[in-house]
Amino acid sequence: MDILNKISENLQDGNIEMVSELTKQAIKEKIPPKEILDNGLIDGMNIIGEKFKIHEIFIPDVLLAAKSMYAGMNELKPLLIKAGIPAIGKIVIGTIQGDLHDIGKNLVAIMLKGAGFEVIDLGNDVPPEKFIETAKRENADVIGMSALLTTTMTAMKKVIDLLKEQGLSDKIKVIIGGAPTSEEFARQIGADAYCYDAASAVECVKGLIATESK
Amino acid sequence: MKPILERLKNGEVFVSDGAIGTLLLERGLNEGEPPEAFNISHPEIIEEIAHLYLEAGADIIQTNTFGASPLKLSHYSLQDRTEEINRKAVQCVRNAVKDSVYISASCGPTNRLLKPYGDIDPEDIYKAFERQIRAQIEAGVDIICIETMTDLNEIILAVKAAKTVSTKIPVIATMTFENTQRGFYTIMGTNIEKAVEGLELAGADIIGSNCGNGIEIMIKIAKFFKKYTNLPVIIQSNAGIPEVHDGKITYPDTPDFMAEKAKELIASGVSIIGGCCGTTPEHIKAIRKLFDSLMFTI
Repeated sequence: MDILNKISENLQDGNIEMVSELTKQAIKEKIPPKEILDNGLIDGMNIIGEKFKIHEIFIPDVLLAAKSMYAGMNELKPLLIKAGIPAIGKIVIGTIQGDLHDIGKNLVAIMLKGAGFEVIDLGNDVPPEKFIETAKRENADVIGMSALLTTTMTAMKKVIDLLKEQGLSDKIKVIIGGAPTSEEFARQIGADAYCYDAASAVECVKGLIATESK
Repeated sequence: MKPILERLKNGEVFVSDGAIGTLLLERGLNEGEPPEAFNISHPEIIEEIAHLYLEAGADIIQTNTFGASPLKLSHYSLQDRTEEINRKAVQCVRNAVKDSVYISASCGPTNRLLKPYGDIDPEDIYKAFERQIRAQIEAGVDIICIETMTDLNEIILAVKAAKTVSTKIPVIATMTFENTQRGFYTIMGTNIEKAVEGLELAGADIIGSNCGNGIEIMIKIAKFFKKYTNLPVIIQSNAGIPEVHDGKITYPDTPDFMAEKAKELIASGVSIIGGCCGTTPEHIKAIRKLFDSLMFTI
């Protein structure tokens, strides 16, 4: 079997050390780093995302696959930077102020990284101002917010209002997600998109960035 | 009071209480504050809420300790007050209900993920639950209720911790399931059959499901539990899936609707019925009324 397939399969099985070793080997074999990324690591994460979406696998499987992806990325990153290969977009992500639930947000970050985005993860309990400051400083394309509690989800609107006030709503798009949120809620608070799950967040962000660059 | 397990064995059914969080928000809890801190800062409010559910007709009243494990309290630098918070929470309910009903001590997830997929050792999860539960049992609680769990490994550690602290105090263990196209699974991948197997083995006395779903879905979940276990089954459902209207969050299931559906839960053999997110003393009152009407017909 082709080594990139092996990387993808071991990533899907959560074999962290194998993915690290195989990535090193692929680099040694002079396979271009972009190809290792796309056809090895990203390919594996795509399949993980699909299987997760249809509940064939669950959070522990995704987390182990992500750890494997990071192990491979650690080997690849210096080469990608050297080759000047940019990420396909930059996202600032976090769980909204007052909310300490971060599993869902972490899954979204994993899937976005797995799809080739640069993700700046602010963690949980993030104040509205911090989302804005970071997105401005980092020149991010998208802000992603998550809430699990009905008591905290309303704080998301503050971020969107702040963006509007500062005239940034065209430049920085907003996606939201989390168990109590919905398409309707996203529309009400003025978010650019609602993401039902981690896999659809990737499609969402890709769509938003595509319309932005037009 | 007669031990609840004996009464369950005799076929008695019980009403447990509803949500606490929303009532606390109405009484001055700020968004983002830990509700458990209210046990020490506003004991009179905690007593009042316990009293509301007592008046509504609950046979089992829960303590305000869902997030009172030292691992979760550490987010607010309150971990050193674990014993005080849990003890005070039990005392508040005791003051309100005396010995008229059972007091059940809530223990929610630690929000930490176990190795290898997460970063915490099983021993640390176990120790955190042991510490929380020891404080609750020493304060005189009647039942331990480990709830809203999604990781079977974590809930098993919690049940074992409870059984290590005391073999005599009954343990309720409930998990939260998602209704997927491939059946009911927790977000961590446990189905109902596996949940039953693991919880029975760990030594839980009463098992079932809470949170995540409205009562209609819970009827289906209850039937699976009854299929796989002979232990008494508990169901504590949300008042439906939250909806947003004009920026306000509401739960669609009315007290009457829940009481109507609770009838089906009893018919399928569920022993304890109560509420989770979005339920109020009104919901519990309606379920109580239903229970009482059934008593007369039996």
